Amino acid sequence: MSRRVVITGLGAVSPLGVGARMLYDRWSGGEIGYEDGIARCADFEPEEYLTSKQARRNDRFAQLAIAACQEALAEAGWDDEPPYDPERIGCVIGTGIGGIGTLEHQHDVLRDKGPGQVSPLAVPLMMANAGTAALAMRYGLRGPTQTTVSACAAGTDGIGAALRMIRAGDADAVVAGGAESALTPLAMSAFAAMDATSTSGVSRPFDARRDGFIMGEGAGILVLEDAEAAEARGATILGEVLGYGASADAHHITAPEPAGRGAAKAIERALADADVGADDIDYVNAHGTSTPLNDSSETEALKAALGEERAKAIPTSSTKSAIGHLLGAAGGVEAVATVLALKEGKAPPTLGYEEPDEGLDLDYIPDGPRAIGNGGRVIALSNSFGFGGHNGVLCLATV
Amino acid sequence: MAAPTQEAVEEKVIDAIANLGPDRSEITRDASFESLDVDSLDLVEMTQVVDEEFGVQIKGEDAQQLKTVGDAIDFIMARAE
Repeated sequence: MSRRVVITGLGAVSPLGVGARMLYDRWSGGEIGYEDGIARCADFEPEEYLTSKQARRNDRFAQLAIAACQEALAEAGWDDEPPYDPERIGCVIGTGIGGIGTLEHQHDVLRDKGPGQVSPLAVPLMMANAGTAALAMRYGLRGPTQTTVSACAAGTDGIGAALRMIRAGDADAVVAGGAESALTPLAMSAFAAMDATSTSGVSRPFDARRDGFIMGEGAGILVLEDAEAAEARGATILGEVLGYGASADAHHITAPEPAGRGAAKAIERALADADVGADDIDYVNAHGTSTPLNDSSETEALKAALGEERAKAIPTSSTKSAIGHLLGAAGGVEAVATVLALKEGKAPPTLGYEEPDEGLDLDYIPDGPRAIGNGGRVIALSNSFGFGGHNGVLCLATV
Repeated sequence: MAAPTQEAVEEKVIDAIANLGPDRSEITRDASFESLDVDSLDLVEMTQVVDEEFGVQIKGEDAQQLKTVGDAIDFIMARAE
């Protein structure tokens, strides 16, 4: 029997505010976190978490990771010092792009002032692993640390990697999730050039009128611990990571395979890894980007993996309807929201969903929060699919 | 570029160091970079400001010899003259 992995802390900085509870409560209340087609973390104030020196030494994506991590560790009760040997605590923070804001700014410096003025901090700020490194350094985490870079599946893949580290006995606890801040002129132009982003400025996953995603920034982090160790130290257990599944489409550099075969395989693997069946799933936190292609192929994937009737019966919603698409942070933030939905027994809705599209006929929770579960353990899937064809799926549960 | 005054160099160096994080009141001539928590990356940033402002480059071994704020000010004054 492999080690069970429980969740003892949650942290999120999202376009709905600073704090995991803020994300869940505001989304449940129907609030939208984006404005003018962009989902910024407008309430995030770096100086509340970082000295001026620390702020200078972290790209915004890493700053967001630090704030989310601080919240998660406080909830886990790690405030003063970690409850385990630091050499047995890992860290995996996924990101899609890393410090692209730094990269763009330093390119301006190179062009305008010459190579002699390019900052020595350019590399340590822009590298994709900067978020992981920042948390390891700040909190003295000396176990295995790595960074998953699988586009919009990065956060989910980070949590999956963390699950396996603990199961394998490489760590007793891992701080895991995703962080992203790519609301830069270059990144936004580049996504727009692919027709990936919404021209209407509205995120409405699964709706017939959907026309692309709203780009967002943020970070979502979970504290994962070996279940026996967490119970032994008397930690409050918020939930459990039951399983993780991954696959690749091997189909197209950006478009998902239309029948969702790769995504379905990842869902099936997550179920098998969790040792649960389609009938056990109470809720699906969909990838649901609001792009025409994702939302139809994801619907197909859920039907293929869960069975058509079962897929139609399971309440399914997209966090991106409230906060847009946080790219590599999406899986982290959405795992946080999913754990809270399970804990509360209430799944937030897909906001803005009004017009059904042909073939997209699941229960997308259009009318406000929905009660989930039947009094026993509540189990959910959280999907993330990335450009490049990367598919990651988590199976999360109450304990 | 006219030779800068001692006051101008001191002011700029102190500004540049303060911008790296240390409390301004602690940035005296005798303060060591180590005590100010100014590491080699910070020092490069400081030298870039100096280069831009006074056209004085501080590279490699020269930069490694600078232990205090005063060392940096004196080096710049010597080179700028």
